[in-house]
Amino acid sequence: MPSFDLRTAPLRELNRALHALRPDTNETRWLIGNPDGRHAVAVGLDAAVSVEIDGHVGYYCAGMNKRASVVVNGNAGVGVAENMISGFVHVRGDASQAAGATAHGGMLLIDGNAGARCGISMKGVDILVKGSIGHMSAFMAQAGTLTVLGDAGEALGDSLYEARLYVRGAVASLGADCVEKAMRDEHRAQVFAKLEAAGLAGEVDPGEFRRYGSARSLYHFHVDNAGAY
Amino acid sequence: MAEHPPAPRTAPRLSATFTPDVMAEIRRAAATGIYDIRGAGAKRALPHLDDLLFLGASISRYPLEGYRERCGTEVVLGARFASKPIRLKTPVTIAGMSFGSLSANAKEALGRGATLAGTSTTTGDGGMTPEERRHSRTLVYQYLPSRYGMNPDDLRRADAIEVVVGQGAKPGGGGMLLGQKITERVAGMRCLPPGIDQRSACRHPDWTGPDDLAIKIEELREITDWEKPIYVKVGASRPYYDTALAAKSGADVVVLDGMQGGTAATQDVFIEHVGIPTLAAIRPAVQALQDLGLHRKVQLVVSGGIRSGADVAKVLALGADAVAIGTAALIALGDNDPRWQAEYEALGTTAGAYDDWHEGRDPAGITTQDPVLSARLDPELAGRRLANYLAVMTLEAQTIARACGKSHLHNLEPEDLVALTIEAAAMAQVPLAGTGWIPGKGLL
Ligand SMILES: Cc1cc2nc3c(=O)[nH]c(=O)nc-3n(C[C@H](O)[C@H](O)[C@H](O)COP(=O)(O)O)c2cc1C
Repeated sequence: MPSFDLRTAPLRELNRALHALRPDTNETRWLIGNPDGRHAVAVGLDAAVSVEIDGHVGYYCAGMNKRASVVVNGNAGVGVAENMISGFVHVRGDASQAAGATAHGGMLLIDGNAGARCGISMKGVDILVKGSIGHMSAFMAQAGTLTVLGDAGEALGDSLYEARLYVRGAVASLGADCVEKAMRDEHRAQVFAKLEAAGLAGEVDPGEFRRYGSARSLYHFHVDNAGAY
Repeated sequence: MAEHPPAPRTAPRLSATFTPDVMAEIRRAAATGIYDIRGAGAKRALPHLDDLLFLGASISRYPLEGYRERCGTEVVLGARFASKPIRLKTPVTIAGMSFGSLSANAKEALGRGATLAGTSTTTGDGGMTPEERRHSRTLVYQYLPSRYGMNPDDLRRADAIEVVVGQGAKPGGGGMLLGQKITERVAGMRCLPPGIDQRSACRHPDWTGPDDLAIKIEELREITDWEKPIYVKVGASRPYYDTALAAKSGADVVVLDGMQGGTAATQDVFIEHVGIPTLAAIRPAVQALQDLGLHRKVQLVVSGGIRSGADVAKVLALGADAVAIGTAALIALGDNDPRWQAEYEALGTTAGAYDDWHEGRDPAGITTQDPVLSARLDPELAGRRLANYLAVMTLEAQTIARACGKSHLHNLEPEDLVALTIEAAAMAQVPLAGTGWIPGKGLL
């Protein structure tokens, strides 16, 4: 199993080695030690490998991830899994702001809390946060799901498009054009599927979540809505 | 009894403040309650490159022979940190214009024309289309706040990456593509439902400020193994600081877009009243690079109202390394061509004034997603026209450079220029013609 100590090996070498992996590689498990808050760790991966990072990472860990599974045994800085296309990113600690920003697919699982703007402009990713999320989360979120076991900060889902937001705890306030919607069976099934993917099937009751989505009243510019912009 | 002639009356007098245009806009606003959105750049008269002239060589300097002596035009962009810098035959590049605002045929034509001319073209908000990648030898991939269509495969397919912070037409503004232009294909690339208005954010979702930008640039470099040049594009408002901060954040290239720069769709009030003219922006940006010891190491690409080889030569003489064109390239493709006059009139406008690009009804088939209209633009022919035009601009710039005794366009310098107006002299920091006076600098 390849392992990399970021105190001794340059980050550039690590990312290069990960980018060079062929689809049929045997080196499918990577261990990274001493990230010490380094930025851009394990970014731009495009291989079905699993990468485990032992410690805290800085900004943009697993940015633009495709197919790989990246686990952070620590906290993650700004923009973890930003613009992820597919794969799985798991933060065992807390995540800073803009977690999963603009991500198109895959799953981002955060065991702790996530800061402000979690899922901002998300475009299809599934984000599940076991703790709570900060203000302005899912701002302009376009597609995908954001499932939160804890609470959500102010202005949740401001200017939301088609993303679905499921929150179990309290929501401090909803942003412009974000409304609570009925939880029907299909939504409970969707929450169940996300919980299952996060290894929480049977532990958390999908019935405890409330659903928030777009009122779609800002989809076409209208002067009477000017105050909402 | 002699009749008195009628007493003379005051002649009807139109106000210089309340002009017919101003009054028409007040009436339009009163009737609709919505501000005016349009395409193109600032339309009012601004101090511009026309206010500068070259001093040809004579006794104190000698010129180069027009058709004999070499005058280089090639430019290398991005050698600061990128292992694969961009090499172009001409310093005239094609600016980023989104698929969505432009038809797929228009994007293809831009790629074809740029490739024939040996220069680069640029994607735009909404992502990279396979057509434009296929037809563009050198393609710059924009990294915008909306991140519409952003994906690592296209990032790796690109030849350079341009982090867009702002545009000259709307520094500090985001974008808006109205529902009419959102076809299934455009919507699919942006992960949104067809037919709805698409707002593009004005700030990047995962970074703010220069310290974050440096980390963002590091991430993009790590993703692409430090191969690709990274540009940072800013709208001209505080060019000294923005250029310095972009360079400090690790950009290879700074793209500076003045207020005449075109846009696909923005509020008229934004286009006409926010930002500073291209002419005023260049010297402060060059100064910033010089102060950092990075002039010519970090390249400066200037855009906003560039129309001719003379404009190119002037911008380079002021210290830029290359220029980018948007509106002029669209005109070369066929935008606002008088051959469609009847149709422009049907749209309530006239050839040369058509700027409702956001409505998607462009008779020339360029700023539209309508399949019938866009079929009017033959990408091969239009690409050829663009290549011809780029060749003319390059030849014109060479003509001027040789007349100034320069063996490369990059050898043009501020000393080759004078200004026609005091404003231009102050902004470009070159003397008023016939004097040694540079306003703000005292006598030379
Ligand atoms: C139709 C159109 C679409 C544009 N789309 C973008 C865009 O997606 N991203 C961007 O950074 N600039 C965009 N621009 C601005 C150009 O990149 C460039 O800054 C400007 O056109 C330069 O000024 P010029 O038009 O006077 O040459 C667009 C401009 C036009 C005319």
